[in-house]
This record gives sequence, C-alpha cells and structure tokens, in this order.
Amino acid sequence: MSDLIHASAVELAAQIANKTVSAVEVAQAHLDRIAEVDGRVNAFLYVDGDGALEQARAVDHAVASGQALSPLAGVPLALKDVLTQTGVPTTAGSKILEGWRPPYDATVVERLRDAGVVILGKTNMDEFAMGSSTENSAYGPTHNPWDLERIPGGSSGGSAAAVSAYEAPLAIGTDTGGSIRQPAAVTGIVGAKPTYGAVSRYGLVAFSSSLDQAGPFARTVVDTALLHSVIAGHDPRDSTSIKEPVPDVVGAAKSADVSKMRIGVVRELSGEGYQPGVQARFDEAVELLRAQGAEIIEISCPSFTYALGAYYLIAPSECSSNLARFDAMRFGLRTDDNGELSAEDVMRHTRAAGFGPEVKRRIILGTYALSSGYYDAYYGQAQKVRTLITRDFEAAWASVDVLISPTTPTEPFRIGERVNDPVAMYKADLCTLPSSLYGGPAISVPIGLGDENLPVGLQVMAPVMADDQVYRVASAVEKALAQQWGGLLLDQAVAL
Amino acid sequence: MSAPLIDFDEVIANFDPVLGLEVHVELGTASKMFCGCATEFGAEPNTQVCPTCLGLPGSLPVVNGTAVESAIRIGLALNCSIASWCRFARKNYFYPDMPKNFQTSQYDEPICFEGYLDVDVETDEGTRTFRVEIERAHMEEDTGKSLHVGGSTGRIHGADFSLVDYNRAGIPLIEIVTKPLEGAGKYAPEVAKAYVGALRDLLRGLGVSDVKMEQGSLRCDVNLSLRTSPDAPLGTRTETKNVNSLRSVERAIRYEMQRQAALLADGTAIIQETRHWHEDTGVTTSGRVKSDAEDYRYFPEPDLVPVAPSAEWIEQLRSQLPEPPAERSKRLRQEWGISEKEMQSVINAGALDLVLATIAEGADPAASRKWWLGELARRANDEGVELESLAITAKQVADLEALVQSGRLNDKLARQVIDGVLAGEGEPAAVADSRGLQIVSDDSALLAAINEAIAADPDAAQKIRDGKVAAAGALVGAVMKATQGQADAGRVRELVLQELGQ
Repeated sequence: MSDLIHASAVELAAQIANKTVSAVEVAQAHLDRIAEVDGRVNAFLYVDGDGALEQARAVDHAVASGQALSPLAGVPLALKDVLTQTGVPTTAGSKILEGWRPPYDATVVERLRDAGVVILGKTNMDEFAMGSSTENSAYGPTHNPWDLERIPGGSSGGSAAAVSAYEAPLAIGTDTGGSIRQPAAVTGIVGAKPTYGAVSRYGLVAFSSSLDQAGPFARTVVDTALLHSVIAGHDPRDSTSIKEPVPDVVGAAKSADVSKMRIGVVRELSGEGYQPGVQARFDEAVELLRAQGAEIIEISCPSFTYALGAYYLIAPSECSSNLARFDAMRFGLRTDDNGELSAEDVMRHTRAAGFGPEVKRRIILGTYALSSGYYDAYYGQAQKVRTLITRDFEAAWASVDVLISPTTPTEPFRIGERVNDPVAMYKADLCTLPSSLYGGPAISVPIGLGDENLPVGLQVMAPVMADDQVYRVASAVEKALAQQWGGLLLDQAVAL
Repeated sequence: MSAPLIDFDEVIANFDPVLGLEVHVELGTASKMFCGCATEFGAEPNTQVCPTCLGLPGSLPVVNGTAVESAIRIGLALNCSIASWCRFARKNYFYPDMPKNFQTSQYDEPICFEGYLDVDVETDEGTRTFRVEIERAHMEEDTGKSLHVGGSTGRIHGADFSLVDYNRAGIPLIEIVTKPLEGAGKYAPEVAKAYVGALRDLLRGLGVSDVKMEQGSLRCDVNLSLRTSPDAPLGTRTETKNVNSLRSVERAIRYEMQRQAALLADGTAIIQETRHWHEDTGVTTSGRVKSDAEDYRYFPEPDLVPVAPSAEWIEQLRSQLPEPPAERSKRLRQEWGISEKEMQSVINAGALDLVLATIAEGADPAASRKWWLGELARRANDEGVELESLAITAKQVADLEALVQSGRLNDKLARQVIDGVLAGEGEPAAVADSRGLQIVSDDSALLAAINEAIAADPDAAQKIRDGKVAAAGALVGAVMKATQGQADAGRVRELVLQELGQ
C-alpha cells in the first residue's frame, strides 16, 4: 500500500476513478502513514479519521454509481487549522480557540467537499499564522521531514510537512507574507499563493485581511494547479473576492512552455544575507530557463527593500483589530470567570492567558501603529510603501512576464535557533513579502539542495490574475530538474 | 440627586447655547448591514444571528446594497453632497455587546456630507426658519443589546450579571451629525425638537425607517455647551444620551442649559462627559467621562471594498425622492385652507402623518385635525407619550368620526368611545355597542324626559312660552343630563320649543 502514499494526486484520482483502488483504501493508507510518522513530525493538530473515511465512502459510492467525478475526487488533503470546518476543532494554533468547533464551513472547505476531496484533518501552524517556523504554535513545533531538528517553515509548516512526509498528497495553507511559499521551499515541495482575492477568505480566521490568501501545496506543479483550480473562484460572501474567471492554471502547468517568455531576475532579492548554496541553486535554475528559450532580464525593484518594514506595520495593525474578537464572550477560552471579575477583567485575563508571546507582540505593535498621532507616521507611511512596491511590479511588467527570486534567503534553520531574535525570524520572509503587499500570484518550486543538504526553492511572481504564468514557469523548472534527478527533489530525502 | 439649576430666563440672559445633534437611524431594511440575517424588532433573543453578525472567527461582511441606497436617499433629502467614492472604517473599542470589538463604521470618508434641514419654530416675532446644517451622514452597524440584571442602576456597574442579545448587532444605522448650531438662543430647545421632528417626518416620508424613538429606531444624542456670548470661544460640551422622545429632546436641552449655567455661574468647570437623560425624573446624570484622548484607532476596513455610487444612480435616486416635507406642508396648508401657524401646530404635535392617514381613511381634514390636536393630543400629554404611540390608529379615528357624522355619536360620547379604544376594548363601533353609547333619537323617549324637565322647572318653561327662546338652554341641559348625554342636543331643543308652543 505504500505506493499509495507516494503517488501524486493525479495518479490517485485516476486509480480511484477507474476503480483500481478505492477512495477508502487511499484515505486509510494516509491515516496509517499519519499514525506511523506524525508522532515525530507533529504536522497534524487534529486527525479526523471518521470524517475522512466517510467522505471517501461517498466518493466510492459516486464511482460505483457512475457519477461524473471532479479531477481530485477521493484524493486526501491536509487542511491548515486556520480554516473553519463544521464541527471539527479549529484552533488557528492558539490556546484561545482551544475546543472551539465552528458551526460553519469555510468556502474553501465547501469547494473541497464539492470536489470530493477527502479532508484528513487540521494541520499545525504558527499561532494565528504569525511566524515563519511553526514554533509559535501553542501546540508544539512541527518538524521538517528532511531533518527533524529543523523548522518546516511557517506559518503553514504543518501543511507543508504533511505533504513532504507523505502524510497527504495535497494540503491547504494560507499565505500572508510568505506562509505558503517559504514552508514549501524548505520542505522541498510546491506551494502557491494565488492572486489576492482569487480564493475566498470566508472561513479563514483572519490575521491580516488585506494580505491573507489561502492556497495549495502538493509535491508536483500539476497537482498544485489542480488544487488551485478547485479552491479558486468568485465567492459573494467575500467582498474582496475577484469576479473574473480563474486563469487556466492546469493548462499552463501541463504546457510548461517558457520559450519566448521574458523572465525578470530581481536584483534586490540576492546578495548579502543569501546563503551561497541558495544563490547557486537559483543561478542554475535561471540557466535552465534560459536553456528552454526564455529571455532572462535583470530587473531592479528598489522599493522591495522596504517591504519588511511596511509589512510589519500593516499586518500587525490589521491583526490588532482582527484579534479583538477573541474576548471570551461567545466562543473559545474563558479564564477566571469566577463571578468576582467584571466582563472587562475576564476579557483581559483570557487574552493574557490565551495568546502567545508573538501574537501579543504583534497586537501591541499594531495597536501602537494605529494610535492617534502615530497613524500617519506608521500605518499611513506603510501604505505608501505598499503603493511604491506595487509600482515597482507594474513597472517590471512593462518589460517582463514574470519575476523570479530565491523563495527564502537561507535553508531551514534549527528549531529554537531564532526564537529569541524576532527580526532574524522575520527575515525568512524577505523574498516573499513584496508580492504579498502587491497582491499578485507567486509560487515556490524546489530547485535542489543547499550548503546543508536541505531544500532550496525558486519563487516565481506574476501580475495580478496571471496565476497561470507562475505555474507555467514552475512547471518548466520542475520538468528540467526531473530529467536531471530522475524524479522529484523529495525522492532524495531520507525516509522517515 | 438633581443638580442645582438656575432659571431658564437667567440662563438666556447670561449665556449663549451651542447645540449639536447626533441622530442614529435604524434602517428598515429586510436584512442586516453586512449579512443576510433578519432585522425584525422584538424577536426571541439571539435568533437573528449568523457567523458574521456574531463576529465568529473567519466570518466576513458584505455590504447591504439597499442600506447604501437608503443612505444616499437620506443624504439627498438632507441636501447633502454624495461621495463618489468612500470607504468603511473600523472603530476599535472593547465592549461585550460588540461582537468583533470593533464597529464597522465610516470615519473621514462619509457617504453624505454638507447638507442642511430648515425647520420652522414659533418665536415671539412669529414663525422663524432656522437652518440646521448637516456635517455628515454615514453608514454603520448597530451593536448588540445588553441587559444588566441586578444592581440598582440597570447599568453594567453593580449588575449581578448581564445578558446580551445580538439580534440588534449588525442592524444598519445611519448616523446624521449636525454642525454646531449657533444663534438659536432661547429657542435652542425648540429648534432641536423641531429638527428631530422634521428629520423624523423626512425619514418616514422616504420610507427608510419606522423611526420609532421609543423602540430605539431613531436615537438622539444631544451635545450642548454654553458660552458667555456669541463671540466667546465654545464652552466644554456634554453629550446627553437616552433622549427617546421629541419631548425629551426639548426637556433634556432645557435641563442641561440650566444645569450647566448653574455650574458656570458658580465658577465650576463643565466636565466633558456622556450624560444620561431620565425621562421619569426629568434630569440628566453623569455617565462615562469622555476625553478627547479616547482613541478608536480608526483605519479603512480591509474586509470591504470602497463604495462608489455612480453619478447616474445618484441622479436616478434624486429624481425619485418624495415631495420634501416643507413643500408638502405648504401644499397641504393650501388644500386645507389653514394658516401657517395652524399647520405648524400640526407638525409640532407630530400629527401630520397621523392626520393624513386619517384623511386617507375617509375623514375630512378639519375633523382629522380636530381629533389629533384636541382630544388625542391631550391623552398623549397625560400619558407622557408621543401622539403616534397612542393605542389608536388613524383608521379607528376615521371610523369614530364616521360614527359622529352618521349621528350615532356626539362629541361627548365619542370621547367615551376613545376611552374604550385606548383601553383595548376593540374597534369604535364595537366599543359604542358594548358600552351602550348611542344618541337617543327616539322622540317619545325624549319627550318623556322633556316633560319631566318642564315639570321640574316651571319658571323656565313659562319664559319660553312667553317667547324668551334663550331660556331653552336650561331645559336642554336638564334633558341631556337625564339622558346621560346620549341625546342629540339639537333635537332636544327642537322638541322643547315645540312642546312649549314655539
């Protein structure tokens, strides 16, 4: 059965559809794998075995009765614990939501169900998606399957690790400043942040509303594109949802044709602070693209240098407001409600006990940045920087079709290594922040191992609603490297 | 508990009041501002809620298009400019009845701005028009409703526990804010009352809200400060809340003027604070101290896209506005053939819509005005409620008038029927039946009473026989008394004269 856990989503869907294997067998194989390895990886916060098998049975029933199936029917998936699923515990990695079972499905979950995707359970994450290592989870860190001493990236570290550890062929993450792309890079898999507004945020527990975007993880670019096409599309329940049709990401991923494409290398996303091994793999990937007929152009985006500062004002500002609702009144944790304390004091005690240090740090940062008298200097200024970054992108689109960079400046660091140095931790997102602030699509695809024999990713960024372009380029890189390696990068990982 | 006050005339002699009014209007949309929940008043607590209006994690708002349309129509009716592009903003503060601990409102980009409403007030020099300038009208959502149980004040401090009903959370509100209203002098309380009354009529005419002050669908906060002269800088203001009737608007302002003047005359500084109006005792009491430093950390709502009404849509809405109340009252005054002062008394009594509704039910204009401004106004005043809150409908008043016109009731009996209707005894005809109220029209029954009266007052009878017809009044009165008012006085008079050979 072990080939079931190593199969791609495309292969599994085909085997389920032609009855070579049942969806229940596929789900069970993955539940067994989770039971076998997750004690060491800690990718899952909640495994919904009964729910998964029930969904799988429904798919098998549909297969038996000859119903038309979606391209991912019966394929198992790991869901980041920041999306609501009716009746299934949803914590967002925080103590403050411990025990909360949402009464409603996120739109993403609804679409997954409609497509017959089997949800195995909820994955670990940095608390409220704030972090780059999954060490900020209230439920312990997730371990990188490549090296259990290393971080799996974050905040969607649980989802990335689950896919990397063959616990699921597909996963959903969310990306606010790099929380899909950076974990994908450091766990050697593919992860995409769709155009902001392409995937509904309804049911996504908000960190930073103007940046949050759910997206797909998989081990191949085509699988990632298939999942993208299932979850994307207009949702009237999300006012920021885009009405235009979803670009043909699957077609682009299958074509992998980059001949005559103009690909820009971002000058500002290289140099000091970039590990030599990361830079070397990146330079090799550039040559691979050139060899396939792409035109490579160096592009300067001077405002990208300020992305980190702008991001750490905008995201905390929005989070300080978004997280105000965790007040012990209607759901989640309630502390010291002993009949003596006032409602305000119970709120205070609950928030003090329920939020972790990084969340508190960002609430305080954001509260300060929005304060009267400081608003213009901080939040207002950050929004101006955001506009400048957007202009850099728009200027680039005059001469190139996509921009590329390393996904992260370094290979994954050791668990515990940066916990006491928030700024060093924040720098893990240096390359991914600009397109988050801009709102365009971006993907990370594996391009080899770095100095420490750990995965390195290539980031591809494209104009708003040109999601197909990032898949096209990622797929071209994946194909070229597969020829060199005789398979996926992940095949080089030591078995767990 | 009540503060020292000084005489109103003395206030006016020494101080100049500056008013500011913030009116919150609950829109009568079928669904809430940002979700599809129903908005029915008085439903079982927490039955009209969903993830969005409960602020559950992951939920998102979607703007109610009808609410935007209502906001624009209100703005147009108030002569406001309409923003071609504006955003919602988050107003951040913690309170248990606010699900998200921020209110989705508008801050520096209101949808309507810079308008006015003219109101007429009776002054010593005749009717004078005051222009109340509108600074802005913006959209926002209502909070939930807290019920504080235990404790003496009904407020959160001292309560044993509190219950929160989130049915109201997310109901669309329009907040209409005036510019500081200066120069009203001693008429400030009347101007404020006339403004709120005119605003209420305007909103009702637009059909955007049921504008029931006692149910909270129209709420008024009154800002007031005093200064020593119109040239002096503005004084420290207080904001009085819980002003839930037109009468209260006037009374609360009058009270605050007298209270503040007493403090200022005594050399005591006014504290900038929120105060609560108490309808029963007629005083305001101190609430929360509100400093300018209160920081709501407003920022543009990232979960919503900007509202950008097209010029075509705005013009279409403008062209469909109903007749403005001022023009309507002018037209009606001409139709009814009454003076401006008479019309003003109808408007000030809050009776215009009721009178119109009564006319629509078949009564004639004069009779409709007579009932609402006379007997019914007196009842409302006795009960201390708004005219429209009386337990009698326009239809019932019209029916009552029809009974009078048919000769079945006279005015005295009609008043008894009103007693019955207000007491919930049913429709006017049914009340008249069950109470046995009917003009005695049987001449033989009347003649018996007339002959008794003649026998009891032979002097009067003789005078009439001698041609002094005026003396009939005493005998008619006696008959009316004997028949407990159920006779038609005109018929009694005819019969008396006939019996005595006149």
